[in-house]
Amino acid sequence: MTNSWTDIRNTDLVVIMGGNAAEAHPCGFKWVTEAKANRGAKLIVVDPRFTRSASVSDFYAPIRQGTDIAFLLGLINYCILNDKIQWQYVKAFTNVAYIVKEGFAYNDGLFTGYDESKRDYDRSTWEYEIGPDGFAVVDDTLQNPRCVWNLLKAHVATYTPEMVERICGTPKDKFLKVAEMVSECSSPTKTMTSMYALGWTQHSKGSQNIRAMAMLQLLLGNIGVRGGGMNALRGHSNIQGLTDIGLMSNLLPGYLNIPVEREADFATYMSSRAFKPLRPNQTSYWQNYKKFFVSFQKAMWGDAATVQNDFAYQYLPKLDVPAYDVLRTFEMMHQGKVNGYFCQGFNPLLAFPNRQKITESLSKLKWLVTMDPLETETARFWENHGEYNNVNTASIQTEVIQLPTTCFAEEDGALVNSGRWLQWHWAGGTPPGEAKHDTWIMAQIHLRLRALYEKEGGPFPDPMLNLTWNYKDRNEPSAEELARELNGYAVETLYDPADATKVVLEKGKQVVNFSVLRDDGTTASGCWIYSGCFNEAGNNMARRDNSDPDDTGAYPNWTFSWPLNRRILYNRASADLQGNPWDPSRKLIAWDGTKWSGYDVPDIAPNAKPDTVGPFIMNQEGVSRLFARGLMRDGPFPVHYEPFEAPIANVIAPKIRGNPVARIFQSDVAQFATSDEFPYAATSYRLTEHFHYWTKHNRVNATLQPEFFVEISEQLAAEKGIAHGGWVRVWSKRGEVKAKAVVTKRIKPLMCDGKPVHVVGIPLHWGFTGAARKGWGPNSLTPFVGDANIETPEYKAFLVNIEPTTAPVAV
Amino acid sequence: MNMELSRRGFLKAAGVGVAGSTLGAFGFPELEAAEAAAIRPFKLTNTMETRNTCPYCSVACGIIMYSKGDLRKGETAEIVHIEGDADHPTNRGTLCPKGAALKDFVKAETRLKTPMMRKPGSDKFERVSWEQALDRIARLMKDDRDANFIATNQAGVPVNRWTTVGFLAASATTNETAYLTYKVVRSTGIVAFDNQARV
Repeated sequence: MTNSWTDIRNTDLVVIMGGNAAEAHPCGFKWVTEAKANRGAKLIVVDPRFTRSASVSDFYAPIRQGTDIAFLLGLINYCILNDKIQWQYVKAFTNVAYIVKEGFAYNDGLFTGYDESKRDYDRSTWEYEIGPDGFAVVDDTLQNPRCVWNLLKAHVATYTPEMVERICGTPKDKFLKVAEMVSECSSPTKTMTSMYALGWTQHSKGSQNIRAMAMLQLLLGNIGVRGGGMNALRGHSNIQGLTDIGLMSNLLPGYLNIPVEREADFATYMSSRAFKPLRPNQTSYWQNYKKFFVSFQKAMWGDAATVQNDFAYQYLPKLDVPAYDVLRTFEMMHQGKVNGYFCQGFNPLLAFPNRQKITESLSKLKWLVTMDPLETETARFWENHGEYNNVNTASIQTEVIQLPTTCFAEEDGALVNSGRWLQWHWAGGTPPGEAKHDTWIMAQIHLRLRALYEKEGGPFPDPMLNLTWNYKDRNEPSAEELARELNGYAVETLYDPADATKVVLEKGKQVVNFSVLRDDGTTASGCWIYSGCFNEAGNNMARRDNSDPDDTGAYPNWTFSWPLNRRILYNRASADLQGNPWDPSRKLIAWDGTKWSGYDVPDIAPNAKPDTVGPFIMNQEGVSRLFARGLMRDGPFPVHYEPFEAPIANVIAPKIRGNPVARIFQSDVAQFATSDEFPYAATSYRLTEHFHYWTKHNRVNATLQPEFFVEISEQLAAEKGIAHGGWVRVWSKRGEVKAKAVVTKRIKPLMCDGKPVHVVGIPLHWGFTGAARKGWGPNSLTPFVGDANIETPEYKAFLVNIEPTTAPVAV
Repeated sequence: MNMELSRRGFLKAAGVGVAGSTLGAFGFPELEAAEAAAIRPFKLTNTMETRNTCPYCSVACGIIMYSKGDLRKGETAEIVHIEGDADHPTNRGTLCPKGAALKDFVKAETRLKTPMMRKPGSDKFERVSWEQALDRIARLMKDDRDANFIATNQAGVPVNRWTTVGFLAASATTNETAYLTYKVVRSTGIVAFDNQARV
């Protein structure tokens, strides 16, 4: 989230699209109710189903899953044609006036540079024209036909209300009502917030779904303001933290990158990371990249990371592919190229697409280690449960080691909520049996490996042997010690660069925040964006002052919000070019002639003049990007692409299937279905009583929503002779499930390109372990393909067939 | 730290005493005894309170866990109740149907209690000690890394990666666990490293 849960109270219009907050985030949704009750805010819900959120909305519009970009670009087109643009904001704070290079074009669903054989673009033309002064060329009059404004206008012109109806199945009048409500928020004193979740991410173009809304929010002037923003409602309690700390194939903590093969040495690695400003006077904060990188290397390897060895640059692995994400890893496993696998608090047998393929892949492992507080289907993938897990146990040669871990109630530490608050918590219970903290387990694995390498030797043990391990109890580093390491400390005494006699920080002291980190090896920090969370003032994540001066919703002294305890990102954009708030009733920060101050930590240098330095300090431009340059694999603007399995052809580019640059593995191609064979458009979601696969171990939750079901419309039920409460078989080209049918008015057929499209809704929760009845998850059916930029699997839009059947055989 | 004897529990316990005495004063001593026997003592009396946050979605509602026994004194602590934290700015004491049933997660019958091992082809898990499990894991890792570690590519550039073993990290572990996991996994050269954020 750019903003926070408690900030939603400040909004005028909530758009829930790509999520269902009332169902999946009930206590956060309360702030929507608060805004409605106290500010007269309105709620719009756009979803294939009439959801719990829709039931309390002011306006609901149906949409076919996987067509959000057409809808959103339709909204942008509407705002442009009706001049509903926050012009002062857009001209000052976006790249609307930047000139794009000659040679860039868009035709028939593709941008320049497409190579079908590689399923990739040469993105060299997707850049700004650079002037002789080395800066991007801009045309503030917006007359140049190649300026972003004119390119955008042309790009979205296709998405008329009629075209939106044809693609999305949203009746034109309903689309226009949404457009009218949304466009009113172009006023500087009206704000809209976007609340989305996996309904936008789990698509082969998920990143572009989100970009499309972000562009709309910029055109309306809603980023950086109270009650506005792009608010990703993260699903799990610390999915934000795990992302921040970079537990991903291609990341280092704090959104730094793992090197790739062509970056043979540190100098080459840094050469593409200079991040020089693209416009005069701009901050371009990533210019500090080297400080954060070197401080991380020092945190990892201490004295072994020296100037002479480029701060142990070669200790990091180098990638030969963009990332070994889970889809690639399971494809490799399926090919027999992976021998061992660890699952820490994760249940891939139910969480990854195409369950049959996942089972086959796990069966090819030599060994599997699981770490979890609860039984998981993954740990027991080899166990036969009749129809629910029909495997040949004896033929599976995988050795499985299952390790019992503690849960939240038995450990200290911080979790990061959706609003980037690092909230500390304390253990209150004794772990059951021999269950152990994950920190103890990871320490044991490391210390044993280290001992083996010390004794036996082996290839390149240096990164293990030199890993910083100065914990009081080597067997179990404490949460406080690790949090202090994440924050960072002075490796050597730091002196003021302007006055070498002045000590900035004594050796061994905690750094106050990342502004004092250095690139010469004198500072260490495990994750620079968290720096400030545990400094010499103590554990700021444990702060519990819930006062909220002037009821802004900021709660500035409650725990710690990254970065720098800032509660709303880009908050400089809440004020105009003189530094006055666009909306005085929603002041965040203001310029007093010499500095910025207000209710939040300014997201800009405190003395940066408002008419000179742009608010988007992480960007080289200093402004936000309506045109994304070459930073997205699938285009500088979003384009409507159908899901890989779609009930109709792409009406704007009939020859293109799915996202043209999404990675597909050869072995999966034969398993993508067409609508002739599989006519119904399926989607997946959660229920408010359930949390993924965990709560099926709880009697209360297993009882509240006891049985696996699928939701279909009355029309489809009548067509297929399916009774409410009767058993149905739902199958895709990859597998099948059996469920009770819930025949509901909440789902209605949509007319798309002249053809009725029936939606089948498939909730997730059930498996074959725990207190709940046995059942299946949607992943038995879903395709093995991910988003073109980040490889999140396409769970929200795929094709199935359905027929009445009989109950599964009991086991 | 963040724990105190539950004031409400104290008052409730005191209230039971007052009611009993009143009945006694009216001259119904047997009734008083029967009443006292029938009333279940307030379950949060003399429990320790610990602040925590709900581990499910990222709203991260504040919760208070009540336990019998004090971990900080080295005692065994059994969690007997969990409820919303009214001081928390986001949820202000409310919980959803998942958070309200959190105790069922902590005390689920399917909580894992001992390390287990399943041999190739076997149809059952067998109990092993932590020592056995961890020694085995380290051995399996070492042998595979020694056999498959890629130190340099064909051009002689150091690449130091290990692709034949992967590590999937969680979504509800703490930052501190995540960071330690990061350190341990990265230092081996594992590149098939991912977490729940991917899905």
